Amino acid sequence: MAAIVSVNALKKTYQGGFEALKSVSLDIEDGEILALLGPNGAGKTTLISVICGMVNPTGGAVTVGGHDIITDYRAARALIGLVPQEINLEPFEKVINTVRFSRGLFGKPRDDAKLERILKQLSLWDKKDSRIMELSGGMKRRVLIAKALSHEPRVLFLDEPTAGVDVELRKDMWEIVRGLKEDGVTIILTTHYIEEAEAIADRVGVISDGEILLVKEKAALMSQMGRKELEIELHTATDTIPDALTPYDLTLGKEGKSLIYAYDTGAERTGITKLLSDLAKEGLTMKDVSTRQSSLEDIFVGLVEDAR
Amino acid sequence: MNTQAIKSIYIYEMARFFRTLMQSFISPVLSTSLYFVVFGTAIGSRIESVEGVSYGAFIVPGLIMLSVMTQATANASFGIYFPKFIGTIYELLSAPVSFLEIVIGYVGAAATKALFIGCVILGTAYFFVDLQIAHPVAMVAFLLLTCFSFALLGFIIGIWAQNFEQLQLIPLLVITPLVFLGGSFYSISMLPPVWQTITMFNPVVYLISGFRWAFFGTADVPIGISLFAIALFTGACIAVIAWIFKTGYRIKS
Repeated sequence: MAAIVSVNALKKTYQGGFEALKSVSLDIEDGEILALLGPNGAGKTTLISVICGMVNPTGGAVTVGGHDIITDYRAARALIGLVPQEINLEPFEKVINTVRFSRGLFGKPRDDAKLERILKQLSLWDKKDSRIMELSGGMKRRVLIAKALSHEPRVLFLDEPTAGVDVELRKDMWEIVRGLKEDGVTIILTTHYIEEAEAIADRVGVISDGEILLVKEKAALMSQMGRKELEIELHTATDTIPDALTPYDLTLGKEGKSLIYAYDTGAERTGITKLLSDLAKEGLTMKDVSTRQSSLEDIFVGLVEDAR
Repeated sequence: MNTQAIKSIYIYEMARFFRTLMQSFISPVLSTSLYFVVFGTAIGSRIESVEGVSYGAFIVPGLIMLSVMTQATANASFGIYFPKFIGTIYELLSAPVSFLEIVIGYVGAAATKALFIGCVILGTAYFFVDLQIAHPVAMVAFLLLTCFSFALLGFIIGIWAQNFEQLQLIPLLVITPLVFLGGSFYSISMLPPVWQTITMFNPVVYLISGFRWAFFGTADVPIGISLFAIALFTGACIAVIAWIFKTGYRIKS
């Protein structure tokens, strides 16, 4: 597939010397959903801001649909829709007016039928004459999406669309994103929720400290990242791990009251069934069993260490 | 040229104005009426005429200028400051619009609002005094130029301001005193000679004088100089805006 957005050795150093982007290169393919994962301050928003025209790059180049974002900014920006992280909306304005304004800004003639379709798709149609300040937080976020879609972009940037959004709404948001992909829109979303990337992305990029650490197909990455821990609480504490259990590479928990088994969810066999039966054979009685997924934090630490 | 975008910005800004139409309409009518009552009737009855014009009529051009300058500045500065303040500026920056188109949209809307208020005041004045406009074309031209140039100034202030205090600072501390001291309510010739010289450094004098000439055919300074002054002021504002455009001053990092 051809790249619709091509980022080449992009650098951004803010006044005061903060290096937000250190030579970022990235190709975003036409029609894909790319999730950019990264902790706060990793450079996700700066990257989006440069591509969309809100921040001037210090070095490097970006093309969107083959158009340079600086020398041919009109053609490049016409292809882009942006949903910012903050809810930036004029509180006194009516929903329909603010969406109409966005469409006009992008040079498209007024088309109420198209806006009706977009607002209905986002379940906003019955709120079209409400003022922004009368809407709930989730509704406001949908208005931002409606504004970004109003001019029929081919590439949509969603900057942390589900930050501070409840589970229900997050799932709605994912549905919306999947629907847009079906319409052929390329979607780039930033997030720090790994489940979000898992739920909707085709590819996942990890960004930290202004550098892209990796970009991978989701399936490949999930198996690599998806380390889980199984903690088996024992009825009676033990201070040694029985010899028969050494192949499992177990570690002893607090005061020998539990055994911890790390496994890979992406592997064909996790070995849990066999471990449990071997435990029983050794005469260890289990009191409780729990699992924990390695957090995104752990994964970042792992990735950053690997990168060095 | 993205004319659709200019149109959108203009309509969006004007919609804000029409949402508060009653305020926009009533407040200039009320304040003008007050000025006529206080200056025109109470004080004016003791000043028979200024340069052959009745005092009530004499203050009309000054009153219009006072409102037009402050309204054009306030509307334009607020128009561009507000999106900066609430964050919606991202949309302007990420849209396929040039800075020139943004300026035309915002400044055009602010100038239109000021023009509307200027016309309302002129209309109100007809209820209080007998007015003859000697040079109607020049009057309209002066009015338009003033609306436009002060809207440009307002736009610059709106870009420069980083908080609401700064937004108010220049209109309050610079424009209002200059307008009051610029001969809105008196003729420069009524001042002592020293003050006459000092007053000549006030750019607003040239605008009010030129505007008054369009009404009554008499002026404190020759009309040519007035025209030159306003052209100079407009040119300076355009130069500053061009510089903002080039550097992205206070809007783009």
